[in-house]
Amino acid sequence: MSNVLVYAEHAHGSVPKAVSVALAAGKKLAGLSGGQTILAVVGSGIDEVAKAAAGLGADKVVTIDNAAAEHALADISVEALKAAAAATDAKTIVFAATSKGKDIAPRLAAALDASIASDITGINDDGTLQRPMWAGNVFATVELSAETKVVSVRTTAFDPAEGGGEAPVEALSVELAAPANAAKFVSLEETKSDRPVLTEAERIVSGGRGLKSAEQFAEILNPLCDALGAALGASRAVVDAGFVPNDLQIGQTGKVVAPTLYFAIGISGAIQHLAGMKDSKVICAINKDEEAPIFSVSDFGLVADLFQAVPELTEKIKAAA
Amino acid sequence: MKILVTAKRVPDPESTIKVNSSGDGIEEAGIKWVVNPFDEIAIEEALRVKEAQGDAEVVVVSIGPSEAQEQLRTGLAMGADRAILVTGENLDTSAVAKILVKIVEKESPDIVITGKQAIDDDSNEVGQMTAQLLGWPQATFISELKIADDKSSAECTREVDGGMETISVPLPALITADLRLNEPRYASLPGIMKARKKPLEQIEAASLGVDTTPKIVIKSMAPPPAREAGRIVESVDELVTALQSEAKVL
Ligand SMILES: Cc1cc2nc3c(=O)[nH]c(=O)nc-3n(C[C@H](O)[C@H](O)[C@H](O)COP(=O)(O)OP(=O)(O)OC[C@H]3O[C@@H](n4cnc5c(N)ncnc54)[C@H](O)[C@@H]3O)c2cc1C
Ligand SMILES: Nc1ncnc2c1ncn2[C@@H]1O[C@H](COP(=O)(O)O)[C@@H](O)[C@H]1O
Repeated sequence: MSNVLVYAEHAHGSVPKAVSVALAAGKKLAGLSGGQTILAVVGSGIDEVAKAAAGLGADKVVTIDNAAAEHALADISVEALKAAAAATDAKTIVFAATSKGKDIAPRLAAALDASIASDITGINDDGTLQRPMWAGNVFATVELSAETKVVSVRTTAFDPAEGGGEAPVEALSVELAAPANAAKFVSLEETKSDRPVLTEAERIVSGGRGLKSAEQFAEILNPLCDALGAALGASRAVVDAGFVPNDLQIGQTGKVVAPTLYFAIGISGAIQHLAGMKDSKVICAINKDEEAPIFSVSDFGLVADLFQAVPELTEKIKAAA
Repeated sequence: MKILVTAKRVPDPESTIKVNSSGDGIEEAGIKWVVNPFDEIAIEEALRVKEAQGDAEVVVVSIGPSEAQEQLRTGLAMGADRAILVTGENLDTSAVAKILVKIVEKESPDIVITGKQAIDDDSNEVGQMTAQLLGWPQATFISELKIADDKSSAECTREVDGGMETISVPLPALITADLRLNEPRYASLPGIMKARKKPLEQIEAASLGVDTTPKIVIKSMAPPPAREAGRIVESVDELVTALQSEAKVL
């Protein structure tokens, strides 16, 4: 019997859906090892977060409240999680495969001399795990051989754990001090948007190089996003070109999404892009090139000039609503 | 100042990757091998630091088969000063990190730059693991690097989920390069000629005294579940109707 610790990352006093997904995977792993699933909240001034975490469906919540951990930088977070794992007798530590999870998880694995599997998409009954490789061209079944295991969970791969109830919250008393050579937080420039968060959205409108310029990208896609209540996404090409901020990139090296409805507009469908959206429920592509690879994964493809088709589509969706 | 930068040998991102018939690896016939794209960015950044600092040395390191010499020569042709190849087989990220630590201990660089992610295993682990084992601070997924005038620290801007975060790391530190850090240069013809004469040291992984027993074992590989292609609609009207009554998502 061994317990599973799930890292409850947080921002602005709340816990993202990605943590509930990691928790679902954590519960499955705990079911296999016969242990409990425990959420770990680390940070400074985290009462509100701990309360939110208590309702997510874990057996227990542990907190480490320390000013040194305010910005969740990797070096100090590892110290905190090492202590939390020891205090809860956890041999498996689970992260969401977000930028925070990917920053911290491998470092924790090295600290614990643990086995690690990143971005897992499945857990088999024999304890082996599934993870994508080569931009999702290959799915590997892997076995983690060390006693201590660290995994990060692809945020689209499991249904979020069912919340409810109120798990007990235990504040751990842990001496945490940043090492002399610790990284220091300087600033955070947040992308401001009224639209849904990309990784939580039910609908996504994603644009590519076919939009031609930042102005046209906004002019053509914003109204469609508004009409659908959708989040905005992008291919790497337009992020590199500076049309939109980096955190909108979808793909192998950006965000992985699986909304109910995904519009790919002026996106060719390179394998690196498909790796981030292929699991969407319904995919719609608008592209003037009928040979574009995006059509091979689309439920509905429209071969058309996007500059005409998208405004028309926007009007008709508005009219239909 | 010394900068150590890593370069993994991986299939060209344009190549078609298929699982081989025994399901334990990929079909290697016809694959072109290149420097991992993120590592090209890492090399470029190391060269820019060198150019800005004047007296700096750039050492490029690869761990893998002896063919990875080709990727090291690419790094040398771009402008790195010398190369180290650690040869070994069946090395997982944890083994690679432990090997890197040995090389770092030997070379004592001020900065180690790795890529964010190798596009073959897509692990995104080696940099962070190496930093922890060294007891160094890390700045992952960076899109901007500024070395302080007194060279005691570096300010790094990181691509994170909600935007851009800037952190400062005292040197020595490990950073991992994201896509927007820079646009890597091509090796020039004179660069390629010069690279042939630059030192390339070879070390066997087994001689470094690290335990490289894999901690993650690949049991099998399979292609992804196929997604059925749908159909082409003829007009916007047909698309709206299909989304409404067929897919029921509007
Ligand atoms: C290491 C690495 C990592 C990468 N990671 C990612 C990633 O995470 N995400 C990602 O997206 N990419 C990634 N890429 C890049 C990827 O390989 C492609 O280059 C990129 O996805 C192409 O973007 P695009 O489809 O917008 O542009 P293009 O490939 O240029 O496609 C533009 C499309 O627009 C269509 N078009 C043009 N004009 C019109 C019009 N008027 N009407 C309708 N259609 C039109 C064209 O027919 C074309 O199909 C990565 C590449 C590498 C090497
Ligand atoms: N075998 C290797 N040789 C050299 N560098 C490597 C090797 N494996 C990983 N790296 C470095 O670590 C980064 C992250 O790799 P990974 O954790 O495998 O995704 C890569 O971009 C490389 O810079």
